[in-house]
Amino acid sequence: MKIHEYQGKAILKKYGVTVPRGAMADSRDEAEAVARELLNSGANGVVVKAQIHAGGRGKGGGVKIAKSVSEVGELAARMLGMRLVTHQTGPEGRIVRRLLIEETLPIEKELYLGILVDRAEGKPVFMASAAGGMEIEQVAAENPEAILKQYIDPGMGLEAFQARKIAFKLRLKPHQISPAVQFLSNLYKAFLDTDASLVEINPFITTSDGRLFALDAKVNFDDNALFRHPDLRELRDITEEDPLEVEASKYSLNYIKLDGNVGCMVNGAGLAMATMDIIKYAGGMPANFLDVGGGASSEQVAHAFEILLSDRNVKAVLINIFGGILRVDTLATGVVEAARKTQIKLPVVLRLEGTNVDEGKKILMNSGLNFVVSDTMKDAADKVVAAARGTLGVTEWR
Amino acid sequence: MAILVDKNTRVLVQGLTGREGTFHAKASAAYGTQIVGGVTPGKGGTTHEGWPIFNTVREAAEVTGANATVIFVPPPFAADAIMEAADAELDLIVCITEGIPTLDMVKAWEFLQDRRSRLIGPNCPGIISPGKCKIGIMPASIHKEGNVGIVSRSGTLTYEAVHQLTQRGIGQSTAIGIGGDPIIGTTFVDALDLFNRDPETEAVIIIGEIGGNAEETAAEFVKGHMKKPVVGFIAGQTAPPGRRMGHAGAIISGGRGTAAEKIKALESAGIRVAKSPAAIGETLAAALGTPPERRFLQTTNDQGQTTA
Repeated sequence: MKIHEYQGKAILKKYGVTVPRGAMADSRDEAEAVARELLNSGANGVVVKAQIHAGGRGKGGGVKIAKSVSEVGELAARMLGMRLVTHQTGPEGRIVRRLLIEETLPIEKELYLGILVDRAEGKPVFMASAAGGMEIEQVAAENPEAILKQYIDPGMGLEAFQARKIAFKLRLKPHQISPAVQFLSNLYKAFLDTDASLVEINPFITTSDGRLFALDAKVNFDDNALFRHPDLRELRDITEEDPLEVEASKYSLNYIKLDGNVGCMVNGAGLAMATMDIIKYAGGMPANFLDVGGGASSEQVAHAFEILLSDRNVKAVLINIFGGILRVDTLATGVVEAARKTQIKLPVVLRLEGTNVDEGKKILMNSGLNFVVSDTMKDAADKVVAAARGTLGVTEWR
Repeated sequence: MAILVDKNTRVLVQGLTGREGTFHAKASAAYGTQIVGGVTPGKGGTTHEGWPIFNTVREAAEVTGANATVIFVPPPFAADAIMEAADAELDLIVCITEGIPTLDMVKAWEFLQDRRSRLIGPNCPGIISPGKCKIGIMPASIHKEGNVGIVSRSGTLTYEAVHQLTQRGIGQSTAIGIGGDPIIGTTFVDALDLFNRDPETEAVIIIGEIGGNAEETAAEFVKGHMKKPVVGFIAGQTAPPGRRMGHAGAIISGGRGTAAEKIKALESAGIRVAKSPAAIGETLAAALGTPPERRFLQTTNDQGQTTA
């Protein structure tokens, strides 16, 4: 789960990680009030940062510096409601609904810090680089030796000598080493306690008066661990997500909206990806990724079917199920239920295999509904792509 | 032969008394697997569907002589169940559970490092040596005893590959789902190494997906060590970057972990890669070379169905 920068910073602050002073504002008045307070209490300037779940905001015009309250007001009025396009949002961009108003700081150096779990090593890793402000992937590709990777023994945690190693790698000054050790330890504690999947501070800055700050903060949480963090679940901003994906998440369905016109419903993530691939291979484009999961009930299947049909681009549907835990008869019951409820007019191609497949096929046959049944993935993909184009022959219906 | 599991494997079920545990224990037993008991803390001393239930894995292993376990414990408790099984020194731990917090797995992974147990999964369908032993949730009927090893990050896609083989009359020595999570026990390389040493396995199918670099590591191993033909498939050729495609590990980040990169890595190691998921069986058959006596008996249509 992704959260906004201002939310991430609030969490880090609780753990003693130093962040610039500031607050979130979702109106011009609020933005001005925050700016006034900052400027009256010693801030030299104020930065107005658009809050969206995507990087590259600065280049897209989502980060601006102001010197006065009225300037902040004007910027806030311009930014709130604007469609911010960055390299991570896609061409459609994101509507800016919230701003972070912060004090500016006299930046001396921009550095990079990140914590995530290294899959191959099976343990958390601290990544640090003196090349802050750049995307770490770019640094990794062009200048890998500039990145220090410090693996953390999960039983021990981050030791002081490891933190010092990172601080020296970042070429911090002698008097900054001990505050940096504190900063890094606090950051690691925040990562562990919140079950984060990523904590990225880019840039991590030193100021001309020698202090350390997290100037930006990207914090993502492990979805699988949210069950033990009800407070963090509250931070979810559904306006940042596709409405159909939000709907799907209510029923614990894995749905991701894509741009094509062939809707697909599959069990198992790998088979679902492979089904998208074979649709493309057959000359079509998938409208979505949808994994109904292993233990889906017929109600969940019915909801899944409704969600994928509410995408107006969908012209034909492919249901590809290889029953393992999910039994084909359960699937069939859900599909029939949803087809009746939605009075579906679109062609539906089914490819069913595995546990209780015969019972499942029987339920579909006896439903009186119009389905095309196919025996192999290739045939099913060819038929559904033809159906989406409107070229599937009537004789192939049954 | 086959690898890791056979007729002599004695299996415990952690979470046997739950709905999933019961259903799949019965299915495995019906397949001929020696299911010898279950573990549900607090229900020790009772029986369930005729199987003895124990409070701890250690006690269960001592009484039943089990050397393997399969875990159907809910996600909040599954990492603990893995560690308990490793502490009881079982040879093989198969964890089916999906949705274990990553940091729980970090702990379990560390715990496993200096212990003798091999972990398969989590978030996997399990392992089957057709005709001998089935530990997991895969549909038994699609399998056929034979000589092709399968290792895969995806459950249902493994079934798909097995099905395509069986339809062509090609059997499997062992099929392992290694799981779709970022942190897993048995890796592609571990499985490939075992298949390489197994005299009964003649060829191997490796099924990967976007995310991480496990396929690239596997390709290096194949290049350097593999003595048998390997064919591959990578799911997620159409997956958009930055999105988690169902599996916790299936995400393309920062332009890395794409299907195209992985296919390239496999191909450069001499692995034949099926571009379409419907062509996995066909690609394997081509790598094996169809035995001459079969050519007269069977023809294969373009949907991968074998007709006499």
